[in-house]
Amino acid sequence: MHILVVEDDPTVRNFVAKGLREAGHLVEPVDNGKDGLFLAVSENFDLIILDRMLPGGIDGLRLLETIRAQNNTTPVLLLSALADVDDRVQGLKAGGDDYVTKPFAFSELLARVEALSRRGRSENAPQTRLSVADLEIDLLSRSVRRGGQRIDLQPREFRLLEYLMRHAGQVVTRTMLLEGVWDYHFDPQTNVIDVHVSRLRQKVDKPFDSPLIHTIRNAGYMLRAD
Amino acid sequence: MSSARQAFAGGGARRRFRLPRSAGLRFSLGYGLLFALSSILFMSFIWWGTIGFLERQVETAINADARALSQRWTEGGLPTLALTIDDRLEQNLDDDAIYLMVDPTGHRLAGNLSEWPAQVVRNDRWYSLEVTRAGMRDTAQIHAFNLPGGFRLLVGRDVRARAVLRRLLTDSLLWAWMMVTLLAISGAALVHSMFRRMIKSVAQTTSAIAHGDLSRRMPLVGNGDELDQVAEAINEMLDRIVRLMDGVRQVSNAIAHDLRTPITRARTQLEDAALHARDSGELRAAVERAVGDLDNVTAVFEALLRIAQIEAGSRRSAFAPFDLVPLLADIGDLYEAVAEERQIRLVLRLPPALPFYGDRAMMQQAVANLLDNAIKFSPAGGTVTLAAALGPALPGVAASMATPTRDVVSIAVTDEGIGMNEADLARASERFFRAESARNTPGAGLGLSLVQAIVHLHGGTLRLYPRQPGLAVRMVMPVPREAPRTGRLPRPGRLPRRGAAPGRAPNAAAPPAPGRVTETSRAPHERDT
Repeated sequence: MHILVVEDDPTVRNFVAKGLREAGHLVEPVDNGKDGLFLAVSENFDLIILDRMLPGGIDGLRLLETIRAQNNTTPVLLLSALADVDDRVQGLKAGGDDYVTKPFAFSELLARVEALSRRGRSENAPQTRLSVADLEIDLLSRSVRRGGQRIDLQPREFRLLEYLMRHAGQVVTRTMLLEGVWDYHFDPQTNVIDVHVSRLRQKVDKPFDSPLIHTIRNAGYMLRAD
Repeated sequence: MSSARQAFAGGGARRRFRLPRSAGLRFSLGYGLLFALSSILFMSFIWWGTIGFLERQVETAINADARALSQRWTEGGLPTLALTIDDRLEQNLDDDAIYLMVDPTGHRLAGNLSEWPAQVVRNDRWYSLEVTRAGMRDTAQIHAFNLPGGFRLLVGRDVRARAVLRRLLTDSLLWAWMMVTLLAISGAALVHSMFRRMIKSVAQTTSAIAHGDLSRRMPLVGNGDELDQVAEAINEMLDRIVRLMDGVRQVSNAIAHDLRTPITRARTQLEDAALHARDSGELRAAVERAVGDLDNVTAVFEALLRIAQIEAGSRRSAFAPFDLVPLLADIGDLYEAVAEERQIRLVLRLPPALPFYGDRAMMQQAVANLLDNAIKFSPAGGTVTLAAALGPALPGVAASMATPTRDVVSIAVTDEGIGMNEADLARASERFFRAESARNTPGAGLGLSLVQAIVHLHGGTLRLYPRQPGLAVRMVMPVPREAPRTGRLPRPGRLPRRGAAPGRAPNAAAPPAPGRVTETSRAPHERDT
């Protein structure tokens, strides 16, 4: 993926750029809003990672609003120390696709970057069926089958599995699950998500030979066929 | 009075003399001046009233006399008049009447004056002059009249007695005025010293406080007068300041401790790894642990900010009407799995619907925090209950809520865990407070503070009740009778939010509970429903 990173702090910028390059992306780091805007409109990016408070007269939100006004639909992930609910809403309203607050874990950022890139591709055609290896779910009848065997899931478990299936092959963090499946925007102290995933595993993985839901250390989960 | 006169002078020559700086002095000067001036006015009135009356009486008598005499002249001419004058002089027991009738040449015809006084030339005014009568000089009030044929008549009264009276009156009034003025001066001095005493005690106390001695209080006389009321108000204010200061100190101590500890740990680990790590694996492990510690710091920091933000009441913008039951059921669903994993039974007791007006995300967080705690402190095999109900406000509860609101929603989370002792219950919602028995469980001691802040924002109260065994935590929040419609009334100067900018309902606009009043009262008999 071709990713533009607009971030004024050199430590954060280099860290993000290095991590994304290691993950196999082509990164264009920029340290101010003016250059960022110039690149964003003149080149084609798959994703823009954007800090909100930037030097050079053009801050992140202005940049974002400007490119959105030009019908540029490149996914934008806002990366900001402004962590208020209001700030978040403001960022998403300006056209941001996701919002990560500083300080952040790189695994979280990477997972969200991957998720955003996937969304750009898959949302064009609405799907009614999702399948990974021998696991398949029908979004209309809300039924789940693995290797021809029917699996009964609670509604919430179904939504959890659906989310994992939609992001198959990507790391999905606990925060992403909490937001995507439960629509909660706070950080529960206990490991609620882990428990739900382990319940899902009981039904989806345990009766079968090969597990599909994998735990990614220090990051989250990934559903993939080995 | 000299000071009063100075003040006068000050009015006239402002440049040279300025009003004194002291408010007490100005106050007492004003008082003294007013007193002296009003007494002058009062005494002048008495003086003019008395003297004027006497004068008018004399003039009336002389006029009446003259009229009667001119009557006699008309009746019997000159001889009758002369006779009448002699008669009158003889009958005059007070010996104060003065008569004189002269012919055109100025010869005396009748009367008790030897000759016409030289000063008396006109007959249209009163004369007050010294006359010599029977060898005695007297002061007399005199009026001259013309008679037909060039004869002239002089009628007068000896006013010696009146003059004496006048002097007497003037003297005594002057004395009285001096006494009054003396009284005014001493009164002013008294007022001044009282004023100074009062201000001085306030000033001393407040300046002591300004210099850091917060333990000082205004002395109370105990009679409940205005001074005492002021003193009491100041003392109350000081108590409140001390409580706030304590709160700030407590929080900053807690921040110092709860943030410094993980920061220290992270730093130590990093330094230790930098100095002693033998391979990259060890180094990596140390770095990861340090990152974990820093994440903890961030979490505590964010929780603190959030509490502060909610307590400031700035987050009412997201208030909207919604049904609490699906929200509670969802959170129950989220935690049910955790409870089951720990062999705890999570029981939900919810009515079919619970209309509510508030911030959905905050309510989610509050209930999640309570369930989190309940499950964390429950033993295996225990039961955690999440119950909610709508009911009329209890009198004690309604007091702190918006007046038109009568219904309250109560959400209670009860557990059968280790519970808390009485002393801990009272402090449970303080920031960073952790009961001794909870030292070994993870957490920063901010969960209940956050819940309390959220409940206060919704105009409600948070109460903790001990159970045998366990603990019940109940949030009681008012619901407006008329659930506000979702009419979009964005606040001026703010962008309307995505689907969350309903007009503020006046009913629901209960003031955010001020301060951090600990409402964690103990009510051992009260159980959750």
